[in-house]
Order: sequence, then structure tokens, then C-alpha cells
Amino acid sequence: MSYFQEEEYKDQKVNFGTWRTIFRYAMGYKRHIITLMSAMIVSGVVDVALPMLNSYAIDNFIGKQQTAGLWVFAIIYFIFQMSSAGCVFLFCDQAGRVETGMSHDIRKDAFKKLQELSFSYYDKTPVGYIMARMTSDAQRLADTIAWSLVDLTWGFVFMLGALIGMFIVQWQLALVMLAVLPPIAVVSVYFQKKMLRSYREVRKANSRITGAFNEGIMGARTTKTLVRERKNAQEFSVLTGSMKEHSIKAAIFSAIYWPIVGTLGSFATAGVLWLGGVQVQCMGLSLGQLSYFLTLSGYFFEPIMNMARIFSDLQSSQAAAERVINLVNSMPEITDTPAVIAKYGDVFTPHRDQWEALRGDITFENVTFRYTGGEKVLDTFNLSVRAGETIALVGETGSGKSTIVNLICRFYEPTSGRILIDGIDYKERSQLWLHSNLGYVLQSPQLFSGTIRENIRYGDLSATDAQVEEAAKLVGAHGFISRLEKGYDTDVGEGGGRLSTGEKQLISFARAILGRPSIFVLDEATSSIDTETEQHIQHAIEKILEGRTSFIVAHRLSTIRNADRILVIDHGKVIESGSHRELMELRGHYYELYTNQFRDERENAVLSGVAIPQ
Amino acid sequence: MAVPEKGRNHLNRYRLKVLWNFSKGSRWLYVISLMIAFSTTAISFIWPKVLSFIMDSVLGGAPMAAPAWVINWINRYGGPSFLASNLWICALLLIFFNGLNSLLSYFRSRFTATAAESIALRMREALYGRLQRLPYDYHVKAETGDLIQRCTTDVETVRRFISNELVEMFRIVAMFILAAVLLWQIHPMMTLLTLLLMPSLVIFSAIHLKKIDRQFSITEQADGHLSTVMQENFTGVRVVRAFGREAFEEEKFSTANDDFRAQGVKLNRLFAYLWSINDVLAAIPTLIVIVLGVSFAANGQLSLGEFLVFVSYQGMMMWPIRSLGRMLGNMSKTMIAIGRINDILIQKEETSGENPQKPDLTGEIVFDNVTFSYDEKPVLENISFTIHPGETVAILGSTGSGKSSLVSLLQRLYDYQKGHITISGVELTHIDKDHLRSRVGIVLQEPFLYSRSILDNIGITQDVRDEEAIYEAARVAAVHDVITSFDQGYDTVVGERGVTLSGGQKQRVAIARTILRENDILIFDDSLSAVDTQTDAAIRKALAQRRKGITTIIISHRISTLMEADRILVLEQGRITEQGTHEELIAQPGLYRKIWDIQNAVEQEETAAGEGA
Repeated sequence: MSYFQEEEYKDQKVNFGTWRTIFRYAMGYKRHIITLMSAMIVSGVVDVALPMLNSYAIDNFIGKQQTAGLWVFAIIYFIFQMSSAGCVFLFCDQAGRVETGMSHDIRKDAFKKLQELSFSYYDKTPVGYIMARMTSDAQRLADTIAWSLVDLTWGFVFMLGALIGMFIVQWQLALVMLAVLPPIAVVSVYFQKKMLRSYREVRKANSRITGAFNEGIMGARTTKTLVRERKNAQEFSVLTGSMKEHSIKAAIFSAIYWPIVGTLGSFATAGVLWLGGVQVQCMGLSLGQLSYFLTLSGYFFEPIMNMARIFSDLQSSQAAAERVINLVNSMPEITDTPAVIAKYGDVFTPHRDQWEALRGDITFENVTFRYTGGEKVLDTFNLSVRAGETIALVGETGSGKSTIVNLICRFYEPTSGRILIDGIDYKERSQLWLHSNLGYVLQSPQLFSGTIRENIRYGDLSATDAQVEEAAKLVGAHGFISRLEKGYDTDVGEGGGRLSTGEKQLISFARAILGRPSIFVLDEATSSIDTETEQHIQHAIEKILEGRTSFIVAHRLSTIRNADRILVIDHGKVIESGSHRELMELRGHYYELYTNQFRDERENAVLSGVAIPQ
Repeated sequence: MAVPEKGRNHLNRYRLKVLWNFSKGSRWLYVISLMIAFSTTAISFIWPKVLSFIMDSVLGGAPMAAPAWVINWINRYGGPSFLASNLWICALLLIFFNGLNSLLSYFRSRFTATAAESIALRMREALYGRLQRLPYDYHVKAETGDLIQRCTTDVETVRRFISNELVEMFRIVAMFILAAVLLWQIHPMMTLLTLLLMPSLVIFSAIHLKKIDRQFSITEQADGHLSTVMQENFTGVRVVRAFGREAFEEEKFSTANDDFRAQGVKLNRLFAYLWSINDVLAAIPTLIVIVLGVSFAANGQLSLGEFLVFVSYQGMMMWPIRSLGRMLGNMSKTMIAIGRINDILIQKEETSGENPQKPDLTGEIVFDNVTFSYDEKPVLENISFTIHPGETVAILGSTGSGKSSLVSLLQRLYDYQKGHITISGVELTHIDKDHLRSRVGIVLQEPFLYSRSILDNIGITQDVRDEEAIYEAARVAAVHDVITSFDQGYDTVVGERGVTLSGGQKQRVAIARTILRENDILIFDDSLSAVDTQTDAAIRKALAQRRKGITTIIISHRISTLMEADRILVLEQGRITEQGTHEELIAQPGLYRKIWDIQNAVEQEETAAGEGA
């Protein structure tokens, strides 16, 4: 399990470009936003109007000691209440739609972009980072936008309405209320900032504690062998101590804040009571009007108290937005030219009828390659492979053999020089054309959640069940699959986690062979698997290689031995090339690599209790 | 005590007791908080009464309706008319009440926060400490993710409940009762009407919250599914591209993305129903109170002040009751969380046995007919051998032969079932575990490095930092040059938040860490497997100079490593099949000889195999 360290949000300047993009996403939900804002306007008006109705009832019914028209009053009151409840439903529902919809759309665009981005992007960017952009950032952005809109609209309408109402009824009392507004605003901004900052500290302390638990559990065995239990517990105490301290500090800030604004609010009420009381006695203010002010003074200041929080939320959502939008705006390094797209189509709408068949002649013509900002991995590399040939690539880690394979797959393109397929620069055809003719098996087989059948069918989406089984039989996977309780419908689990490495390997072979590729690329596994599976895999490889141009980053002796040509790569150069026999006689690098490999394989066989295969 | 702890852990009564035990030391804070909560509630009931008095008697000129002592007291100072001309007194009174309540609620928040955070701290420390002291075996079998969840999320659930809602629940109930009593005094019939409608609020939210919970977990599943689809796409990007499946993936993603949105919209709509229906349910009693109250007040059954008091009391009763349903839900979640936390706390810690001894461990190690098994099938059977002080013994074993189990017995990571193991003549099971482990150094094949600097990792057993000793140990482990080649050298942080070391580098850091301390016995459990042969030899040479006189056990299958040992044990399927020096073992057929042959006869065999192919 890996925990991705989330970056902290810092205070920052307004970025108009980001907000324009956010606005564009929001506009996709124009209808919902209009409904939502209308609901908030009605709700704000109702919240101003209900205390007015109360004050009317006090003056008109209680004051005049009569009940004529009480039914009409009751009905109007009820309508107001129900429209308020209706608004609550509407804004909750609509804000939810805007929120989920916006994050949906952002994710969709980002995912599409991620399907186009080059491998250089994936090499630089940890999956955890991408996931954080796609999940928490997209969510936070949409969440803040939708709900801030709710709070801001209501706050604005309510305060404006209440102010108008108060000034109409009695401007002096309205002024009293207004007088308390600035101190409440100042106190709110001050404390909300403090509270936010201390909650950030709490979150930080919390993630440190999670990390410590993670380490305490994962490292428990090592801890025992080093007798560090007590020291670990002491160090943990320091962490929890600081967590407690920060949490209490954060709690105290809010414990101070709410009583202070409450007291400040009571100054307004007290002022209204005093001045209003005097006016009731000598200037004809009605009791109903007085009670109107007294009621309003209870929640007139609410929007102001929330304002500081909303703005800091918006600020942090800007930071989230910048990161997601950067992702959406990243440019892929490898693209098909417009002319190629016009002829062959793009990944989402291919023009398959225009595609030529792929024979499998591959030529590297003076290919030089360097990773962005790195040293040259290949330097004027030349290689010519005939259709149907099997090429084994051997060499140390970092020798450049994986780069050669990546270039053939067009996961990367040459920095200079050309790669020709069937005599034509592969940049003159679409990426999808090449990839559709490519069979590819990774060292660590990558499966997807779903059934075995679905996983094999990944190689050819139009394959029938019979064809899927045929492919499985061809690579010798049918045996173990049919022994499973649900056979081909067995769920492989996340990433294929419910299967053993050998089983995953066989399925990935079946998947590769199903698409009847003309070019085959195989990055052999280094890790040893049990001998029976090993034999199955060997058999599978032989089947797959028949009649295809194949490149194998080879680790297994048998594969190496059976290759048509073996290339020993060192520092981006072919230092030895030829058949197994030829290279063994040479007694050079290959000889050494091979004998080491031979020793390891035999040893593993002996140690796992199997007779040495002769 | 008839029911064992494990059996009782699902009982809420028992879980409450667990919580009660954790609250030790913070209980008085809760008592004070509760008292404050009750008094603020009482105070908040006074103000509407005062307002009513002002409205009726001070401003309205009606006869005073208040307790006799209040009336007397007011009359003594000039009666209501004095107050009417000096309204600032009432205003001050209002500020006083509010100020008092503010002050009290400040203390309440502060006390509950302190209490809850202290309890959370105790829980975390208990969990961490317990996890550190649980037996080795527990950690071999444990599911890391689940344990971490219990230690973080579950503790947080408990903390949240006890920091706000615990006291609040009592307050709401007190408030409800008080409001009901006071309302009854003003107008029994109206009180009855409002009270009758109250239960519908609680019942509705309780039922609806269950629905929301269900939808919540559906939404979470959709979220999880979406995450899986994305994660698999990003980690499997090579496969996706190589098969040209971008469009297919996009469609798969869209389905998951659309579903997550649909479930999110549903969840939101449920919330929309909850809040709006709650509002409707609360609106009806309010409407009844207002309409009836107005009509009673209009025909003189109620005074204006009483009407206002009634309306505000009814509001005070209604608002908190709406959150009671949610709190009850959280309480049951808290109980479940406590149960999950306690699952860990009731596990038995490892002990050294009775009267553990701390003998000198430099003597002979004797295995006498030792049999050991994890469950039923024995992993080691009738193992007997002796290692003399200062000797180096190498172990060669096939996969699953029990060689790692054998060395882990020497640190008492497991205890054997039959036979005897003695060090310096003392039975291993009588030796104090901490003493044993701090004198017997073991380097595991896949060592764990802590996520801190390399310096701290190697020096982790040092009480006082001695950097020279650390560098020296790193040199012996042939990792000093590697470390100094890093940008930040020894300050490089490893692990999750820092640099990832290769398997071989990790092994060497672990070796440096182990040899740094003073050991009587050193064990290398295949801990040079990821290091190349030359480095391996260099490390062993440096070690040999350093560890003079230390008994050493090395597990390996490198002949070059094995042959340098004083003696070699060959282990197959839990039994010792061969024993002797290199020369002795190559003179007889067996596993050792086979490995030896392989490493020497590559050439001939290869030629033969080549011809056969």
C-alpha cells in the first residue's frame, strides 16, 4: 500500500486564466446553476419575509385583538414555509448535480488527455500523482464551486433583503445593526484564517501519524529483530502529543471565535432593544416591528461569518484547479501528423479500411535517442530485421535494450534518424496502425479487473468465445483455466491479483496472440516461477514466435538459444551479434552472460527440488 | 469473567466499558462540560422570559408576571416605569446573559476538546504500543491496510463522536425535557400538539439516514470502481497503448465515471429529501404554534410576551431534535469502531516467560532434537547440531527447507515445540527476549528500512549518535561509497517519502545497521542475495576482520560464500541431510555436490545441451 503525500495548499494570488477554465466547465451546467441560484434567491427572500410576517401578526392580530383574516395569514405563512423547504430541496439537488457533473467532466477530459500523452509523461509522473489529480483535486474543485455558489447567493440576497427591509421599517435601528457588522467581519476573517491554518497543522500531524502506523506495522518484524519496540513507542508518543496539541489549539480557536461573534451579535440586539424600546414608547414603533429587529439580529450576521471560510475554500480550490487544468492542457510529445490522421484516423475514430497490411520488416536507420534532459542512450544505431525473424536482446540493466523495444513500439520516437516498417518511416502511418499489429508481453504481466475471458479478449475485441479459448489452448493456458471453478468467467481481481504470476503470464500471452500481430515484443520475466509453469511458458513462447517478427528482451536460456539472431547490447551499441553457436565460440560478453544465467537457472532448479532438465 | 474477551467484544455494553476505561483521567472534564452544558441550556431559557417581561410589562404596561421575588425587587427600585425610562438596563442585562453564556460555552468547548483529544491520544498510543509488542507471527499474517484503517479511521470516528456529540446528546435531551415542561406551563394544549408531531421528525430522519447510509456505500463502491479503472489504466499504460485500446479504455472509464456521477446525484437527492422533508415536518408544528398562538393571544388567552416565549421555546426544542437521528447513527458507528479497535487490543502480547534470564551469549549453541511447526505440518524435524563459539556456519537449503525458520528460532521470533536449544548452556525459552535479540543480530533477506535518513537508519540502535561508527559500519557493508554518491549523502531520506534504494543497497544498509551494534551472534538470512558476487566477497572479507570471535550463521546458495565457512549444514525439507566442511561435502553425492557441480561444470554441460538442442 502506498500513501501519496498530498501537497499543501498555500495562500496565493487570483489566477484569471484558471477561473476562465473553471467558468467554462461550470457553463456546462448553466440550467442547473440558474435553477440553483433562483432557489437561493427565493430562499433568501423567504428568510427575510418570515420574520416580517410574524411582526405583521403581532401588530395586526395580537395588537388589535382580532382574528379576521387569520386563515389567509396562515395560508400565506404555510406557502412561505413550503417554498422554503422546496428551495432547500432544489438547491441541495442542483448543487449536487453541478458538483458531480463538473468533476465528471473534468475527469473525462483529463482521462482522454491521459490516453494521448506520451510515455515520457508517465515515466516522469508517479501514478499516485495522477490519481490525486483525478480524484481529490477534481472533487475539491467541483465541490467548492457548487457549494460556494449556494452560500454566496443566499448570503448576498439575504443580507441585501434584510437591509432593505430594516431600512424601510426603521432606518435608525437598521444603522445600529450595521454598526456591528464591521467588527464581526474583522473578527471572522481573523479567526477563520487562524482556524484554517491550525486545521492544516492538524491534518499534517495526522498524516504523520498515519505514516508512523504504516511504518510501525510494515516494519514490525524488523523492529523486533532490532529490539526497538520501546524507542518506537516513545517516538510515536511525540507524534501523538503534537497531534493532541494542534487539535486542542484548533478547537480553542473555534471555542473563542463563536462566543465572541455571539457576544458581538448581542450588542446589536441590545442596541435594538434599547433604542427600539424608546421608540416604541414615544415615536410609535410597533411591538411587532421591534420583534422583527430582535429576530433578525439573531441571524443577520451569519453570511458574514461564513464569508472568510468561503473565500479561503475558493482559494484552495484554485490551487486544485490549476493542477488538474495543467494536466488537461499538457501536450503529448508523440502525435500523428494531420496528414496521417486525415488518412488513417485517430485513436478514437480510426479509418481501418485505409490501413495497409503489416509484413514486419523493420529497419533502424542512424537512430539516435536520448530521454528528455538525459544522456544519449542510442547513438547512430543501425539494425535491419527481416519479416519473421526472432531477435533476442541481451545486456545489462541500462544498456539500452528496453529503449530499442520502446522505440519499435513507438512509445518513444527517435531523437534523430528514422525507423522504417516495411520500408516506410513509421511516422507516416498512425500510431494505432502500428499498435493494432503489435503483440506485447510485459515482464510483469498487467491484467485488468474482470474475467479471464475479458482479459484475453483485450487482444481482439471482436473475438468470439471460441477464438478466445483457441488462443488460450495455443499458449497452454486452457488447462489451468478450465480447472478453475468458473473457468473463463473467473474474476481475476484487481490487476489480476488473484492469479499467480505464471498464470498471469500465460493469460497475457493468450491476449497477445489473439490479435494475430505481425510484430511481437516480449520482455521476459527475470523472476523464477515453478518449473511446470516455466515449461508451459516456454511452449507458449515458441508458438507465439512462429512466423512473426519478434523482439525479445531475453532472460531464459532456451529463448535465447532459439533466437535467429542474438544482439548483445552495451551502452547503446551492439557489441556482439550472431547465433547462439557463433557467440559461444566467440567467448566474449555473451559467453559470460550466458554461463551466469545458466548457473542461476540450474541452481534454482536444484534448490526447488526438481531434477535438472537435460 | 465466564465469557472470554473475544466473545464479548461484539457487545455494546462491553464496548462502552472499553471507552470508559480509556476515559480515565478525563472523566472530570466531561462532568464539568456536562454541567456547563446544562447551565447554558438553563440560561438560554431565561432570556425569552425576560424579553417577554419587557414586552408585556415594561413596554406594554401590563401587570408584571414573574416570580414574587423578582416583582418585589423591581418594585423596590421604581417598578416597570423606571425600567421603561431606563431601557439601557435591559440592554445590559441581555449583554450580560449572552456574555455569560459565551464564556461558559468557551470553557465547555475547551474541556470537551481536551478530554476527547486525550482519549484519542491514549487510544493511539495503546494501539501502537500493542502492535509493537504483538508476536512476530501476528505481523507475518496481518493485513497492513486493515490494521492501519483501524488505527486511523476508527480512532477518528470515536474521537469525533466523543468530542462533540456525546455531551451534545445529553444536552439535547435535557433541553427537550426542560422546554416541554416550560411550554406546558404556558399552554398545555399547544404543547401537546407540538409534542405529538416531534417523533415523526426523529423517526423520519432515523429511517432516511439508513437509506442514505446504503446509498453512501453504493456511491463509495462506484468511486472505488472508478479508481480501479483509472489506476489500472495508468499503471497498465503500456498494455493499453501496445494493443491500441485507448478508445476501449475511454469507454470503460466513461461507464464508470457516468455511474459514479449517477450514484453521487442519487446520494445528493437523498440528502435533498432529508433536509427538505425535515423542514416540512418542522414547519407544521411551527405553523400550528404561530396560528393558534396568535389566535389565543388575540382573544386574550395569552399575552404577547407569552406568545413570543412560546415561539422561541418551540424553536429551541425543534432544531436540536432534528440532529438527534444523526447522532444516534454516529453513536452506533462509534460502537462498531470501538469494537474494531479493541480487536487489536485484546490480542496477546509476546512475553519472555517466567523469570527470564539474561545470560552471557558468547558460548556454544546447541540444537538438540528440535522440532518446530507453524501449524500442524512440521517445518523443522529433529534438528540437532552444535555451533562452537567463534565458528562460522553456513546453511544451504532448498526452497521451503525451513532455513529461515531455523534462524528465526535463535531470536525467539518463534518458539519451538519439541527438543532443546541452548546458548551457553541456557535453554532458549528461559532467556529474556529483549536481551537475546539485542545480542543476536539478524539481517533479513528483505529488510525494512524506516522512512528517515540513511544515517538514522544505520544508527537506529544507537542511544548516542556516533557518526564515525556509522560510516565505519557502512564501509564494512560496502555501502559507504554508494551513500556518499547521493546528493544528500547520509541525510538522504529513504522509503515512502524519499529515495527508493535497490534491493542490494537495502540489504547492505541493513547489514551496516546490524553490525553497528555489539553482537554475540550474527545471522545473515540470505541477506546478500541481491548483491553481486564481487561485492559479496568484499563485504565478507571486511566482516571477517571486524567480527573476530563472533559466532556467525550465513544462509546462502553461493558456493563461494558457503565454502569459506568453517562448517556447512545442508537442510532439505526440514531435516539436516548433510553436514561438514566444503571438502567433505564435495566428496559425497548430495545437494551440495550438485550445486558445486553446476557452478564448475557449466561449460561441459552447456556444450552437451547445445548439441542436444
